[in-house]
Amino acid sequence: MKPEILWHLLEITIIIALLIPIAATLVWVERRMIGIWQDRHGPNRVGPFGILQSLADLLKILGKEDWIPPFSDRLVFTIAPVIGAVCVLMSFAVIPFTPDIGVSNLNIGLLFFLAMASLSVYSVVLAGWASNSKYAMLGGMRAAAQTVSYEVFMGLSVMGVVLLTGTFNLREIVLAQTDGWLIQSQFIGFFVFLIAGIAESHRLPFDLPEAETELTAGFHTEYSGLKFALFFLGEYLSVTLISAMSVVLFFGGWLMPAPLDTWLPPLVWFILKILFFVFFFILLRTSLPRPRFDQLLAFGWKIMLPVALVNLLLTAALRLGGIL
Amino acid sequence: MSLFASIEGLFYLAALIAVIASLKVVTGKNTVHALLYLVISLLAVAVCFYLMGAPFAAGLEVIVYAGAILVLFVFAVMMFGLGVDETMHAPQSKGLSLWFGPMLLAALLLIELVFVIDNSELKLQLSNKMVDAKQVGILLYGPYLLAVEIASFLLLAGLVAGYHYAKPEHQGRRL
Repeated sequence: MKPEILWHLLEITIIIALLIPIAATLVWVERRMIGIWQDRHGPNRVGPFGILQSLADLLKILGKEDWIPPFSDRLVFTIAPVIGAVCVLMSFAVIPFTPDIGVSNLNIGLLFFLAMASLSVYSVVLAGWASNSKYAMLGGMRAAAQTVSYEVFMGLSVMGVVLLTGTFNLREIVLAQTDGWLIQSQFIGFFVFLIAGIAESHRLPFDLPEAETELTAGFHTEYSGLKFALFFLGEYLSVTLISAMSVVLFFGGWLMPAPLDTWLPPLVWFILKILFFVFFFILLRTSLPRPRFDQLLAFGWKIMLPVALVNLLLTAALRLGGIL
Repeated sequence: MSLFASIEGLFYLAALIAVIASLKVVTGKNTVHALLYLVISLLAVAVCFYLMGAPFAAGLEVIVYAGAILVLFVFAVMMFGLGVDETMHAPQSKGLSLWFGPMLLAALLLIELVFVIDNSELKLQLSNKMVDAKQVGILLYGPYLLAVEIASFLLLAGLVAGYHYAKPEHQGRRL
């Protein structure tokens, strides 16, 4: 009993200790990739290829004054960034990395992920409210409206997966894809999930809560130092999380088709698949313009919701007919 | 046996957190802080559900109540700017006489709850039985289908009414 608990604690520590530097490195990867795609260099001075840029940024941000505005609600202002980072890190607890690695084999893993995604909205909303400034308030209200509406069909889009695999357990969902990834039958569900995921992680083109051109920096206008860094960390962690969830739900997790699966260990395949989606997220940021806020909500309710419902209905009908 | 005791201990801890948080909801002066305490209370109740062997109910409690409905509450409070100023001018309750009725009812509920939890036969039932998502679905669309249908009618009526009230009276040019 005792060594088992110790092993679990060690596993949790290792995963967290790896995830945070990965999120920091992603900042550099993103800046370099955007630089390349926009025909310029990007940060290339600190260390080989500029890979230590994030470390330099971190040191700088740690040295900055951690200022809490006197007009803010101190308690809520302080806990808001922590809520965001903690919720995203908690979600990683249910992700099955390989057949052996994974913190928790929770039987409601998928629901746990959705619950954590819906709780992380508090971070943005409360940051906007506690800052007590107009830009932050507008950003927070946008975040609340956006996240609540996109959450609805994020949940609906993954129900097709649950219908086909018959379980909420993420490990069992991966194992159910041994004969073929679920993307074959659930490609509509996948696109709905991906778009909802982008909206949940507030990435461009859905970064309206922090739209720089209209709201200065949106909900984190008043934040500085370590608290700002926590928001940043949360954003990049959630990009990784949405990529990992897409892989687990639709692209077979660590599994690969027959000739490929012996070439590399399962963990490496899993990471490669995640990296593919992370790069896709970065490419989206460089290539798409930001919609207007009412367009975003109308798109959600008038297009994505019916599409998700039709996908669920079709999946259920095909399942009943014995075709899927 | 020690595992059982520890699960029971966790249950009472979560329940204690829920009770204290709920008390802070009704005694606090700041609207947003009160809502945050309500979120904590709901999360603690979700933990209670989980420990009682109902993980599906626990998940839905977090997703639907803490994650969606209370976000809308916070949204409304932000939208109408109900901060400290508003609650300071709100009418204060005068003395304990107003509290007496609700406290009596709550005390009766508390007695009933304590009786239910203390009933040893039921306790055994609570801690040993695991209700997974499939069973909930089978029950909802089997014996309780009528209740589900009635609830859906109620929600549909609410949706139609909401649409009616939100419709602008004069259809102007779109932005």
